[in-house]
Amino acid sequence: MTGLLIGIAAVLVFAILLLIFRIQTLVNVMKGSYTNRVNSSNKFHALGLVIFMTIGLGLFFWYSSVATEHYLPKAVSEHGVKTDLMFWVTMSILCFAFIVTNIFLFVFAFKYQYKENNKAFFYPDNHKLEMIWTVIPAIVMAILVFYGWKEWSEITKQEPKDAVVIEIMGKQFAWQVRYPGKDMTLGNYHFTKIDASNEFGVDFTDKASYDDFMPTELYIPKGKPVLLRIRARDVLHSVFAPHFRLKMDAVPGMPTKFWFVPTKTTETIREELGNPNFNYEIACTEVCGRGHFAMRFIIKVVEPDEYKKWYTEQKTFVDLNKDYVLTKAPKELIPLIGKDNPPIDEPKQTLFPVVDTISTIADTTQKIKL
Amino acid sequence: MDLAHISTDSHINHSHDHDHDHEELSWIQKYIFSEDHKVIAKQYLFMGIMWAIFGGAMSLIFRLQLGFPNASMDWLQPLLGDWIKEGKLDPEFYLALVTMHGTIMVFFVLTAGLSGTFSNFLIPLQIGARDMASGFLNMLSFWFFGLSSIIMMVSIFLETGPASGGWVIYPPLSALPQAVTGSGLGMTLWLTSMAFFIVSSLLGGINYITTIINLRTKGMSFFRMPLTIWAFFITAVIGLLSFPVLFAAALLLIFDRSFGTSFFLSDIYIAGEALQHTGGSPVLFQHLFWFLGHPEVYIVLLPALGITSEIIATNSRKPIFGYKAMILSMLAIAFLSFIVWAHHMFVTGMNPFLGTIFMFLTLIIAVPSAVKAFNYITTLWRGNIIFTPAMLFSIGLVSFFISGGLTGIILGNAAADIQLHDTYFVVAHFHLVMGSASFFGMLAGVYHWFPKMFGRMLDDTLGYIHFWISFVGIYMVFFPLHYIGIAGFPRRYYSFTGFDFTRSFTDLNTFVSIAAIITFTAQFIFVFNFIYSIFKGRKANSNPWKSNTLEWTTPIHPGHGNWVGEIPTVYRWSYDYSKPGASEDFIPQNVPYAHTPESNLPNEVDPVAHKH
Repeated sequence: MTGLLIGIAAVLVFAILLLIFRIQTLVNVMKGSYTNRVNSSNKFHALGLVIFMTIGLGLFFWYSSVATEHYLPKAVSEHGVKTDLMFWVTMSILCFAFIVTNIFLFVFAFKYQYKENNKAFFYPDNHKLEMIWTVIPAIVMAILVFYGWKEWSEITKQEPKDAVVIEIMGKQFAWQVRYPGKDMTLGNYHFTKIDASNEFGVDFTDKASYDDFMPTELYIPKGKPVLLRIRARDVLHSVFAPHFRLKMDAVPGMPTKFWFVPTKTTETIREELGNPNFNYEIACTEVCGRGHFAMRFIIKVVEPDEYKKWYTEQKTFVDLNKDYVLTKAPKELIPLIGKDNPPIDEPKQTLFPVVDTISTIADTTQKIKL
Repeated sequence: MDLAHISTDSHINHSHDHDHDHEELSWIQKYIFSEDHKVIAKQYLFMGIMWAIFGGAMSLIFRLQLGFPNASMDWLQPLLGDWIKEGKLDPEFYLALVTMHGTIMVFFVLTAGLSGTFSNFLIPLQIGARDMASGFLNMLSFWFFGLSSIIMMVSIFLETGPASGGWVIYPPLSALPQAVTGSGLGMTLWLTSMAFFIVSSLLGGINYITTIINLRTKGMSFFRMPLTIWAFFITAVIGLLSFPVLFAAALLLIFDRSFGTSFFLSDIYIAGEALQHTGGSPVLFQHLFWFLGHPEVYIVLLPALGITSEIIATNSRKPIFGYKAMILSMLAIAFLSFIVWAHHMFVTGMNPFLGTIFMFLTLIIAVPSAVKAFNYITTLWRGNIIFTPAMLFSIGLVSFFISGGLTGIILGNAAADIQLHDTYFVVAHFHLVMGSASFFGMLAGVYHWFPKMFGRMLDDTLGYIHFWISFVGIYMVFFPLHYIGIAGFPRRYYSFTGFDFTRSFTDLNTFVSIAAIITFTAQFIFVFNFIYSIFKGRKANSNPWKSNTLEWTTPIHPGHGNWVGEIPTVYRWSYDYSKPGASEDFIPQNVPYAHTPESNLPNEVDPVAHKH
């Protein structure tokens, strides 16, 4: 019934509008305003454009100032602070261009509206002027490119030797992380080894796998370089940690990486924001299906000491899944299962080794290989 | 040839061509499988408008979801059926809507609807040709688009839903029905539809290029062509070079999906089983896709810029400022558009060195774009501006082009893009610079050339109302998205309640949705005006905007063949507006210099002027 009423009302409103439209057309015909080159509406639109611009710019300034706390979360990584600076420097240049060009556009439209006895100025070109406004943007762009290139190279350069290596894997619809354990080496994996228990497809014929552990939150130490080895096991995902200005796709079949240095612990930022429940988060930014919007994972940044403590307390996957690993382990590695301190190879590095000359050389060779 | 016969009044000159125009065609040949470029243009336009309404309506549904996440959607159940469960939109259908909105708007509305309409309509009329080089190919081109449209439409009604991996259809998501139901039959139909669409684009493009090169009337040298024609020409060349690459990508994806190849797939474990694919690269697909995808942005935008150039010059009563610079910048944009594609891929894991190169190339493109914007603004300077609805839409376009284009400079910067990639900042950027600007170009074109298309005028008042609501509305919809984007809100999210960092801005999202609803609704003012005016609009005179270009020298209702009698010869460029000394403020292209001694510049003499 209400539907019917609404329908009738809509039809009536439409009929009234149609009638008004028709009357207005006839009035215009009577007034002969169609025969003029322009009618009074020309002034109205000229003024309208300027009013729109004024109000629009007003709203722009007003909202930009009142909403600052919402639209850029604090950067808590070393590179993030720099890219933020670059963002705002670029943004200032852009805002300047945005405001000036729009003002010219609308003010010219207003100022040079049609006047009966005016004649437009025949002005087909001016090479000097055109040269100027080709060269100026070109110079500005050159500076921005240089600036961007410096930052980009810094961010994407080889990670430091002492970086904490953590694997993060995307799947529909969750993130999972794997730490290398005491030997500081992630065990091999292969996608064919994945099953319900072994989500990472960890290869248990590799000795290095036996001390890997998979916590439910991503713990990282403050002030230390952290290297995320990123992969996906089904479709594309993208690791996005907004507070760290970090984003990198997770690609099945093609491991990617991103390294960064967190600068603030979760505790510190909670105090700063006065929000005891605040958490650093990872989201997915490459559409991956039904649950794309819900791939939340928490990052906990802690002091290095706390990190070390937490690291040594973690139970390995093998410890938690002894029966499962027994079915996968080759005979010679079975003794590794179930021992609190499995005999492992010398770790390639300690948790936070001092970078020495040898590793710097190794670093260079690795670069050459790339 | 005697000049008197080919001057302005040549159309009253009965020639032998005349009888040919009146050959009786059956109704089907005339209106369905027509080979007349004007009819085909209208077919494209009607189809484009229909798709625009569909695509727009889809965006409203997902805007409702985003703006009013807690509202019940039960009332949409009669329309959407099982896609609404317990008052909630299905998340997969949400993705399908986003995907279809993108596909429809980019390809069907702003490529076919814009290029198809105006390239077809204006090329022969503005260069002085009877029709396209091949009317038959042109007809085929439209009907391939028709076929493609039908297939895409069918896919929307599938039980498993249409394609839902985003309009970029990145595999593996788009290759695996296990990953999302839309990647089943829906994706098959998407790929089939796009294959036909590409065929349609190529047939159209070949025709536009051939026609412009070969069929220009006497005197219509390249540098006398209106900028519309230049824009359509360059657009067609871009399309011809880039669409085949999408075709290749689609074909390889079809192989991966149906024949077990591994071009794009590798190391996948999904739905409890490890697939046999190894060695493929999902990133390869992205390279192929964006090799079309980026030029596609300019395929969409350049015709709109061409249309705007024409309308702004006409209604400022001034020559377009820097005609040659406009052409050069379009050529530069076209060239650069082929070598910037990987700026969509800075964080896909491709070699960072590539990122550096593409950042450099991308920022270069800002230079010709800036030149274009400055030239539009200078064209307004000291003009005598008449605000027709078309003119207002063109000014709106320039504003969108600037506002949306500038943010591209940030996104093209690899280091800044890390944070902004795939957030609402990108959405804001391209909806302004590509979506809204091109859409305004299309509307401006319809308002401007409606009298030539239908012999009647669109109602101005409704046009003005339409403009103001759309212009303010579009800024209200897309400008706020910048803030949401800087805050890091990712695209294609069904809901923002899952994360702490996306908790804010609920009010702004509601505001955007309301603005979107109002803006969309206002488009029906246009639809009404359009349909009403076709039948009941005020009758147009032969040159309502006092424009210089050749189409206004045809009869008010041009028949097949466009001109009665001989095609006019062209003596000058199309921008002799308000020339000093001239009595009128415009001199059409077909007026010889010999007729206008009072306004000729020193170097302006007809090649055969001595005959007069």
